[in-house]
Amino acid sequence: MKVFRILSRNIRDSFKSVFRNFSLSIASISCITITLIVVAIAIVLSDNVNNFATLVEKDVTIVTFISNEATSDDIKSLGAKIEALDNIDSVTFDSKMDIMKEMMESSDVFNNIMSNWTEETTPIQDTYLVKVVDIEGIKNVADEIKKMDFVTVVKYGEGMVEQLVSIFDVVRKISIGLVIALIIVTAFLIANTIKITIFSRKREIEIMRLVGASNINIKIPFIMEGLFLGIMGAIIPICVTIFGYIALYTKFDGQLFSPFISLITPEPFVYTISLILLLIGMAVGMFGSLRAVKKYLKI
Amino acid sequence: MDLIRIKNVNKTYKTGVTAIYDLSLTIEKGEFIFIIGSTGCGKSTLIKMLYREEKPTSGKIIVGGIDVAKLRNGKVYKIRRKIGVVFQDFKLLPRLNVYENVAFAAEVLGLSKAEIHGKVVKALELVGLKARAKNYPEQLSGGEQQRVALARAIINEPKLLICDEPTGNLDEVTSMEIMNVLEEINKLGTTIIMVTHDTEIVDKMKKRVILLDSGRLLKDYEKGTYKHESI
Repeated sequence: MKVFRILSRNIRDSFKSVFRNFSLSIASISCITITLIVVAIAIVLSDNVNNFATLVEKDVTIVTFISNEATSDDIKSLGAKIEALDNIDSVTFDSKMDIMKEMMESSDVFNNIMSNWTEETTPIQDTYLVKVVDIEGIKNVADEIKKMDFVTVVKYGEGMVEQLVSIFDVVRKISIGLVIALIIVTAFLIANTIKITIFSRKREIEIMRLVGASNINIKIPFIMEGLFLGIMGAIIPICVTIFGYIALYTKFDGQLFSPFISLITPEPFVYTISLILLLIGMAVGMFGSLRAVKKYLKI
Repeated sequence: MDLIRIKNVNKTYKTGVTAIYDLSLTIEKGEFIFIIGSTGCGKSTLIKMLYREEKPTSGKIIVGGIDVAKLRNGKVYKIRRKIGVVFQDFKLLPRLNVYENVAFAAEVLGLSKAEIHGKVVKALELVGLKARAKNYPEQLSGGEQQRVALARAIINEPKLLICDEPTGNLDEVTSMEIMNVLEEINKLGTTIIMVTHDTEIVDKMKKRVILLDSGRLLKDYEKGTYKHESI
């Protein structure tokens, strides 16, 4: 009963003091708001770059051309052999007639040239389209396929793919590093702002100790206050993220400049970010308060 | 019965200044004691050690059965709840009114609202400030503010009340009013230790007087025997 009474009093006091120290509270909240908006932008950007990189990587396919001498049984067993390899996501068979049909439909020029070709006379070859799980292992898979019987040519955009993968890797690492650095900077910035808030209440802490408040009793209201400031500071960034991203997504029709660069669909993306922002706000608010109040408890 | 036992206490600050030399002293329950001496004689250090604001460098200080010197930072509240402290500068919270300032000390104990109300009213009645409960510190005179601080110090009925020059900022008449309140509190059984420069008050009150000089106990006068020695 006593504990609940003390706790409820602490919560009440922390709310009261947010309003009693209004100007400093506003300063802390604005600091949290501004930095969280920057963090939100960084997360949105890095996630979209990641998303784009993943989509591009998923699109990379190994095209395996099959010799026209292969019988349908040979083709089947080749498909089974490819599927048995490590790091294989999917293997799709594309017959030469299907490819021809597709090409003829796509352009009149092809249509004119290919209209006389039959299954026997066509120079086009049957193919297996192979997708891998881990893009970094694509070269090994391609090399393995090259060694198999009835395989004439294996293509996956050698050189270009490797370069793309390494660029995306760097971009990914930089963006993650940036977000983490931003969060740490935010934490210290907020800790310092709250420190100023608490510094102005040094006397209050001194008197609390004097009248026999235990350290935990002194800490709790300040921690609650930090938590409250963190939540308040996260409100605007969350609104900016949700409404801003949805507006951006709608305006660009889900893609940036070209259909090649597609944006992440807003739901549940924006809610995930909102939750992350709220948690960061709460954590840094509490951390900041605790760090600041600890300084005055070393009497 | 002894409330405070101080044995061979030395206090040297980190700066190298020694404030107390080999001090031994016993204070009994219900006593009213003045600690006097010139500025820098160690008066403030002595009482700060009693409520564990400072730790002695060596020696023993037992207050109400608790070895104050051995008390860890996290456990300091245990001794603070048994001691009321009043300062020259009152140390009131300007944003709380009189009632809230006094209730502040009872709230940390986790008492119910009704219990706190009863205690606040009783304490304010004792210091004669019941009518001003809703006022804020800045609306009060110095003497009234000190009475609020007194009410806050005694609300939890401490065994010991420590006063660090409580009349230092007050005029003669107001000072005597505060002294009367202190005497009332003392009559109810609370031991009072008061540091002061005010020789007139010491003369009038006729209580035990401890005279410190350069950190040493110079004289310990019995009740009323002190006669305005040069300090």
